[in-house]
Amino acid sequence: MRFDRLPEIRPVPRVTLSIDDEPVEARLGDTVTTALLAADAGATRQTPVSGAGRAAYCLMGVCFECLVEIDGVPNRQACLVSVSDGMVVRRQRGATRLPEIGG
Amino acid sequence: MSTAACDVLVIGGGLVGAAVAWGVARAGATVCVLDEGDDAIRASRGNFGLVWVQGKGDGMPDYAAWTRDSAGRWLELAAIIGEQDGIDVALRQPGGLEPCISEAEWVERELQVRRMHNQPGVGGNDVRMISAAEARELEPALGPEVVGASYCPHDGHVNPLFLLRGLHAGLARHGVDHRLDHWVESVRPDGDGFAVRTAHGTLRAGRVVLAAGLGNVRLGPLVGLDVPTEAERGHILVTERLDPVLSHPMGRLRQTEEGTVMIGASADRVGLDTSLDLATAAALAARARRVVPALGRARLVRSWAALRIMSPDGFPIYAESENHPGAFVVTCHSGVTLAAVHALYLAPSMLQPGFNDRYAAFHPRRFGGAEAA
Repeated sequence: MRFDRLPEIRPVPRVTLSIDDEPVEARLGDTVTTALLAADAGATRQTPVSGAGRAAYCLMGVCFECLVEIDGVPNRQACLVSVSDGMVVRRQRGATRLPEIGG
Repeated sequence: MSTAACDVLVIGGGLVGAAVAWGVARAGATVCVLDEGDDAIRASRGNFGLVWVQGKGDGMPDYAAWTRDSAGRWLELAAIIGEQDGIDVALRQPGGLEPCISEAEWVERELQVRRMHNQPGVGGNDVRMISAAEARELEPALGPEVVGASYCPHDGHVNPLFLLRGLHAGLARHGVDHRLDHWVESVRPDGDGFAVRTAHGTLRAGRVVLAAGLGNVRLGPLVGLDVPTEAERGHILVTERLDPVLSHPMGRLRQTEEGTVMIGASADRVGLDTSLDLATAAALAARARRVVPALGRARLVRSWAALRIMSPDGFPIYAESENHPGAFVVTCHSGVTLAAVHALYLAPSMLQPGFNDRYAAFHPRRFGGAEAA
């Protein structure tokens, strides 16, 4: 599935973020979800329960399907975070491991 | 306008109403369930999910025994829902802990455990105090502030949303007429039964069960039942999904099958208000970190407040109306724990004589109020 942007009404500044170390161009004012969908990023996490691939669904902060790591913080809702230049986004696999518990 | 006739009409489709409807339908009655819409205040969508025995029934041994009974029958309920409706409610009963993080808490808990052991019938709950070392052996994630815990081998937990879905699936399988958006305007004795009016028409039923949570306060007097309950707000915080941290449920902390850690449980009375109080939420998080320090590294992704349905003594209310036999009230704040006995025992006994004799301890006459007209 591809999402195509509508023509711009007026010029919008561009920013560059990275998704799993790949540079991606987005527009100022985009949410991270918008940037991911426009970049055709596909599944952005694997669920900790079944391992199935998931991506943004509700686009309004309710479903928690769009969780990604943003600037080192996992499980952030990509649909509620605006992009910024140099932002580092990573896809997620499975559940978070707490450092003290691991092993 | 639609009319329908059934043997039993249950007002309320939450965990209590659904369990009762499930039980009477399974016993062969034709059943209708009336529920509200998405704007309803729903305890069943906001609860913690414990199947919890310890600490229940201090001051009412019948409730302690009833709770223990339900925990014992839960496996049967979960098996039926799993086998007949293909829904795994994630029942786990590995025993539960209630950690103490100060000497004062330990002393108070130990006193309660001893007090309850002295009440007839409560000894079977097998609750005992365990040392900090024993507690840590069971649950290595407990922090250094934990001075000990109470432990009950019968405690467990379940996914309360899958439970609700499982009960609703059972209603569909039994052909129950389950209607949403049917707020009940009035209940009126009518010949041999009752007439229940909604905006969509009037339904007739031989028996009517009030299982409308806080709505029972309004409905009870219409059939001669006084139901003195109040809303008690409880907060829940939910972490991101984590690798296994906890292997036993605790009274205020549990890790779900899917990996999230749920943190409870506050209690305050603010009326029909489900808004979140940040100071309360912060206090819950702070305590959880003292009990399990590793949680300080976890991120919270959700939080909410929901309303418990509290009677004056905190125990369930079960009664059949003396003035209008065939009208029942069922209400409690433990719709998850008691789901097994509600579905397997309480519901079928509504089709038999002698309900008030069987559940005498739970009758609201214990509050001393005058029976409503």
